[in-house]
Amino acid sequence: MIEIQLIHYLILSAIIFTTGIVGIFINRKNVIIILMSIELILLAVNINLISFSIYLQDMTGQIFTMLILTVAAAEAAIGLAIIVIFYRSKGSVEVENINQMKG
Amino acid sequence: MIIHSIFFYFFSLITVFASLLVILSRNTVNSVFFLILCFISVGSLFIMIGAEFLGMIMLIVYVGAVAILFLFVVMMINVAGQTYSTKSQFEIKKHVPVGILFSIILLLELFVIIGGWKYKDKFVLSKDIMINPAMSNTKAIGTVLYTDYILLFQISGMILLLAMIGAIMLTFRKREGVKRQSYFEQISREKASGVEIKDVPFNQGVKIND
Repeated sequence: MIEIQLIHYLILSAIIFTTGIVGIFINRKNVIIILMSIELILLAVNINLISFSIYLQDMTGQIFTMLILTVAAAEAAIGLAIIVIFYRSKGSVEVENINQMKG
Repeated sequence: MIIHSIFFYFFSLITVFASLLVILSRNTVNSVFFLILCFISVGSLFIMIGAEFLGMIMLIVYVGAVAILFLFVVMMINVAGQTYSTKSQFEIKKHVPVGILFSIILLLELFVIIGGWKYKDKFVLSKDIMINPAMSNTKAIGTVLYTDYILLFQISGMILLLAMIGAIMLTFRKREGVKRQSYFEQISREKASGVEIKDVPFNQGVKIND
């Protein structure tokens, strides 16, 4: 309990991951919170990869963390661009209004 | 060692509370600020565990770029001024318990997986890229990233280029009444259409724009 081991980092990562999932589920107000929840989920994945990389003494985890970082930045840029054009056409970013495709 | 544990619990408590406040706070600007706090504490955790380069990258890329991008968009669109319809109040009561139940089940499953996990011997096959304790973290990443993982590095660059082109194409629009340059017309001018040579009669002058 006192000495920090791999499992502590894994539990922290699991908690952050679940927080991101909860954020996607309970949020009906605006889409930006959903994008932030996705960022939280990717952060949890990064914690997992880096803790395993240090634990196994292998550099591969840190390299893949950089790839995930890149993908997260690209996803945030595209998502926010979509939100901006949606706000331009509808005038709000409520999740309930996104029913253009009747899906 | 005890100092290490204290700092770990300190930063992880901040991380958990900040991530909870990201999804629970009513003001979206506050959510972005808590997201920044969450990223900073996770970056500190990375520096503590021995991945200094990625901790610093976390600060620069996430806090300096992604979170600021979120702040820009939140301030550009009028999130605070929206009036929420009364229909959404009923919807919240219906779907929140299901979501929380699902998430608790997911968390318990994750705990079961983590708790029952055992490290198997001779699991690691890539022994040639082991971390060298004499080398600093940044140097180790550099030696591996530009040799063994050069394709992954270039794919990251392509992903960023794609995201840039996509974001520009999505938000581009033509506006009326804006004076802009037409490069084609400028370049395709010729001497015959641009310059006119006239004979000037003595003491009479020349009419321009005739």
